[in-house]
Amino acid sequence: MTGSLNMVGYGLAAIGPGIGIGLVFAAFINGTARQPEMQSRLQGIAILGFALAEALAIIGIALAFAL
Amino acid sequence: MSDIGPGVVVLAANKGFEAPGPSDFNLRDVFFGHQVLLTKLSLLLILGALVAFAFLRATSRKPSLVPSKGQYLGEQAYNFVRNGVAQDSIGSRDYMRFVPLLVSIFFFLVVNNLFSLVPILQFAPFSRAGFAYGLAALVWLTYNIAGIARHGFLGYLKLTCVPRGVPLWILPLLVILEFFSNIVVRPVTLSLRLFANMFAGHLLLLLFAGGGEYMLLHATGSFILKPAGIAAFLLGVAVGLLEFIVAILQAYVFTLLTAQYVGGALADSH
Repeated sequence: MTGSLNMVGYGLAAIGPGIGIGLVFAAFINGTARQPEMQSRLQGIAILGFALAEALAIIGIALAFAL
Repeated sequence: MSDIGPGVVVLAANKGFEAPGPSDFNLRDVFFGHQVLLTKLSLLLILGALVAFAFLRATSRKPSLVPSKGQYLGEQAYNFVRNGVAQDSIGSRDYMRFVPLLVSIFFFLVVNNLFSLVPILQFAPFSRAGFAYGLAALVWLTYNIAGIARHGFLGYLKLTCVPRGVPLWILPLLVILEFFSNIVVRPVTLSLRLFANMFAGHLLLLLFAGGGEYMLLHATGSFILKPAGIAAFLLGVAVGLLEFIVAILQAYVFTLLTAQYVGGALADSH
């Protein structure tokens, strides 16, 4: 069996952003549960935070193929 | 179309399964050359612009007081970008100037990303990094020029690079970091985010479709392989649904970040 260890490394690296995205949406759900009228404002912030955390995973997958 | 998807697996059948990789994204030139100018992806890019234009034109051509279904759909999507993205991020003073850009980017990206799920087309142009770099360069120029026009060159540099209310001794470090993150890294992450999402989605679809086909038709050795092949196809369908969400979400995120960068460049304080 052959393959690239890059992919194993990428799998490990994806744990971090996974936790991060979980935290972002946990906070978003918490905030919405406490103050439902804030949902529309929180949504933009949550998506932004999600995108920033996700960027790490994405840079990882690009480098996993490139290096 | 034989250069993508299942064709790869059929060719590779004699020497075992070959997992799809980045080389599957290198398409031949449409006109006999070698990736000179027009590949399938650049044609799709043009088609995407035309479809986005046609959609917006068709839904806004004959506006009536009681909107038809099409007009309602178009107006809702336009409203979403104008009020939900532009106004909230840029501020109500000067967001209207940037609404045309943001609406165009949003619809262009939605259509182009959804191409990855349309049969026959089945490829999102932004799964090649070059196209994403181009779009991010446009955004980079927009927010920097908007900022310079508002504050002047030095004023804009001060706005983006010098955070307020930090002690003097840490400023030399922070100024470099802020410059790096706001001017240099922003366009890179903006383009890489879009590119890598589309790239990874297409790769996953290739993997499930190609692997499922290989296990179902070519692989021998165990009775479990054929059910596993069917399961792979079903999972591929699920990944396709996920891709649908990702396609729209990435278009939204790209537009939202564009608006945030413009808003940050126009703001009066850091």
